[in-house]
Amino acid sequence: MKTIISVIGKDTVGIISKVSAVCSKYNVNIVDITQSVLQDILVMVMLTEISELSCSFSDFSDEMKQLGTNLGLDIRVMHEDIFNSMHRI
Amino acid sequence: MININDIMETVTMISHENLDIRTVTMGISLLDCADSDINKSCDKIYEKITRLAGNLVKVGCDIEKEYGIPIINKRISVTPIAMLAAASGGDPVKYAKALQKAADATGVNFIGGYSALVHKGFSAGDENLIRSIPEALSITNNICSSVNIGSTKSGINMDAVKLMGQIIRQSAALTKDKNCIGPAKLVVFCNAPEDNPFMAGAFHGTGEPDCVIHVGVSGPGVVHSALKRCPDGDLGDVAEVIKRTAFKITRMGQLVGTEASKRLGVPFGIVDLSLAPTPAVGDSVARILEEMGLESCGTHGTTAALALLNDAVKKGGVMASSSVGGLSGAFIPVSEDAGMIEAARNGDLKIEKLEAMTAVCSVGLDMIVIPGDTPCETISAIIADEAAIGMVNSKTTAVRVIPAIGRKQGEELNFGGLLGEGPVMPLNLDKSPAKFINRGGRIPAPMQSLKN
Repeated sequence: MKTIISVIGKDTVGIISKVSAVCSKYNVNIVDITQSVLQDILVMVMLTEISELSCSFSDFSDEMKQLGTNLGLDIRVMHEDIFNSMHRI
Repeated sequence: MININDIMETVTMISHENLDIRTVTMGISLLDCADSDINKSCDKIYEKITRLAGNLVKVGCDIEKEYGIPIINKRISVTPIAMLAAASGGDPVKYAKALQKAADATGVNFIGGYSALVHKGFSAGDENLIRSIPEALSITNNICSSVNIGSTKSGINMDAVKLMGQIIRQSAALTKDKNCIGPAKLVVFCNAPEDNPFMAGAFHGTGEPDCVIHVGVSGPGVVHSALKRCPDGDLGDVAEVIKRTAFKITRMGQLVGTEASKRLGVPFGIVDLSLAPTPAVGDSVARILEEMGLESCGTHGTTAALALLNDAVKKGGVMASSSVGGLSGAFIPVSEDAGMIEAARNGDLKIEKLEAMTAVCSVGLDMIVIPGDTPCETISAIIADEAAIGMVNSKTTAVRVIPAIGRKQGEELNFGGLLGEGPVMPLNLDKSPAKFINRGGRIPAPMQSLKN
């Protein structure tokens, strides 16, 4: 199963590294990363493969959310199908 | 990978524009629970609901987490209880208690179906059940009730209309200490749909499968935001923007519905393409109409703007779903919509305009607080007017009015939560419709040709 991790907030040093560290900790493979920075606001999107996830999806999602809270960012982990169904026919 | 802008659009809809799945509703047939002994019948109901819906809340929460889309309500709709009451006799309130017990056990927000279908007349069980509604709603918290009193094919049962005026008032009086919450859980329908996932009018029709999953989508805030990005387009452009947005919202509803149906092992029923407002800022249908160019919801032009909105939502949504049903359209519940509350408080939105709006939108006079001294016959007459609009136009209409016992125009009722708050709206109480209502009988079904 593939998920999209979206990160929105003020750009600072080490965001990708910290998000990637959580992915690595739970055996989540990063398939693709895109990002853009507009007026100091970072929008980063990661496509990840979580079929080998070493914890429950809920715990992984909660830890990302907590990381976001700690860094003052909005981090969400969402199944890619929601984007596919909304934007592709 | 999916385009980053598309991803951000979806995330923004959820995080800033109040996009959510309003409800995942499991419809359960209770016909096989009927028994001549009411206690046995109640036991069977409890067993069947907890067996089939035991996992409903958990599955809903799992999907919510995985897809990152809030699912606000997990609900159950059941076969109209009047049918079971007909088989068992006895005090129908026992059924309400059994349903409440099942609601507590499964953890759902509401169970709908404490209902009777009497559009052509009362059969055994119907009148007993209707007369028990005030007590049933006052002793339960999560049970919703509805009564269908008319249809395009059968006309309007005016004896039932008369009775419902009394029932609504009694229900408010019995829950006087709880902000008259009783009638907020009671809907009187004309042309009630059998697959509606929304409360308070949800019940599981007899033509439905044994168990089925319906989904109700929402998203007035998303449509409003999309229209803000189209400030100067003509109304054709406005309709196009609404259609595109409704398509996206509905695709999400379809995804959640199919996923829930797969995980619960229950067939998928319909997506209800509704714009359901909440009292939250940025989740209002009235604000959409105002974004189209009305200074306030309720002014001249409101009916036309609502007609455009309602039609565009349906056109956009239909292609996005394998099966559409329920109420499908824009809801206009006054106390649940921040823009309508404001318009009603300012006197810009009146009941006469709301009645006209119901001719072109999804349901009817919904969540309207009326003066506490409104006579029962006037409540019945409001129901009759609304049912006539539904009957003649072959559409669903409904009435959910709340007599604010002990309060007058200028005062307010606050229900809290999704039911919101609202001012007591003025009615025409100077002249009485009592003689018309007391005649009783049936208004014959209308012609379906010679449409003028």
